[in-house]
Amino acid sequence: MMERGERAIFSGLNFGAAAGELVALTGPNGAGKTTLLRLIAGLVRPQAGTVELEGGDEDRTIGQQAHMIGHQHGIKPALTVEENLRFWKDFLGGETVQGRLEGLGLEALRDFPAGVLSAGQRRRLSLARLLVAQRPIWLLDEPTTGLDQRSLGLLSEHMRGHLQEGGIIIAATHGALGLKPTAVIALGEAA
Amino acid sequence: MKPIAALIRRDLGVALRQGSSLGTAIGFFLAVVMLLPIGLGPDQALLQRIAPGALWIALLLSVLLSADRIFLDDYDDGSLELLASGPLSFELVTLTKACVHWLTAGLPLAVIAPILGFLVNIGPDQVLPLAAAMIMGSLGISLLAALGAAVTVGLRRGGMMVSLLILPLYVPVMIFGVAASTPQTIMAGSGVSSLMILAALSLAALVMVPIAASAALRAYMQ
Repeated sequence: MMERGERAIFSGLNFGAAAGELVALTGPNGAGKTTLLRLIAGLVRPQAGTVELEGGDEDRTIGQQAHMIGHQHGIKPALTVEENLRFWKDFLGGETVQGRLEGLGLEALRDFPAGVLSAGQRRRLSLARLLVAQRPIWLLDEPTTGLDQRSLGLLSEHMRGHLQEGGIIIAATHGALGLKPTAVIALGEAA
Repeated sequence: MKPIAALIRRDLGVALRQGSSLGTAIGFFLAVVMLLPIGLGPDQALLQRIAPGALWIALLLSVLLSADRIFLDDYDDGSLELLASGPLSFELVTLTKACVHWLTAGLPLAVIAPILGFLVNIGPDQVLPLAAAMIMGSLGISLLAALGAAVTVGLRRGGMMVSLLILPLYVPVMIFGVAASTPQTIMAGSGVSSLMILAALSLAALVMVPIAASAALRAYMQ
């Protein structure tokens, strides 16, 4: 159960996702999709209930084993695209940024300051974080916003690859993700 | 260590490229120190007597100018949440960010202060004690500023709140900082003990501020 300012956003919500499964969260604006993702990532605490990860690394929290791609991208406008990505690689303990920019069609923008990127390019740079450090759970908050057809295809491909490697993806979305979700959870009407 | 190094490198890179906080701090410090002798007139004895206090006040206020930005940019662009879910404990993240603020605002000022001190007529034998006290004290100043910044990060126009909240905590740093760099106390031999207390204040802040600041930031992210 989760409340925001006395208003219960959802209660009695119960779902699981196994390795290789894609769960889509749907619902109108304000239904609590983002809140649910933040709750799974451990950024907010539920009033009641728990989030559990079976078979993960027990020394680390779920948040430390999940990538959260939200509305804010954590991009520093003063640094170049590559420097931004390199920072997240080093900070999150990834291996290399080699080839990761290409993975989302950002190679031509490598040396541009991130401040000049368009909304879709910023989104892609944010998504590139998924690729520089391996984490089993991807929490994607409307990942397709602002993406063009080609980037959408690249993203779908990366998501498919991640699922095939046994990862879990939970994505809040209004549109198509380019692959069929294993389960769809429709959150209730907004007040 | 690698995440810490990465965070330091990023924050230094941003600070150097934007250059705003360091530039503002140094500009403000220069303005105060250069205007002081003009405002007070040519009484050299008076200048020498008030020089350490004036330099400390200038240092404190210059550092405060950029204090509210320590966590604000990261809070606004979502980096803070991502940093909180990294492999590094969040206390270390806040400590690292406070130390980067010291490197880009407190330390440069502490280093140029004794040189600019000649403008307000400090004696040559004061230079070393002043530099030591300022380098030591500015670390505490930056750490306390980080605490204020963390407590007010989600408030719009939190700048004034930072000053009000942190000012009382600055009083001990100020007292012992000035005591460690005035000629009278240095002559009387109590300069070193003041310096020790100053170091103790900074070290206490080094331990306590990350815990308090990260708790405040976590509360804002809820």
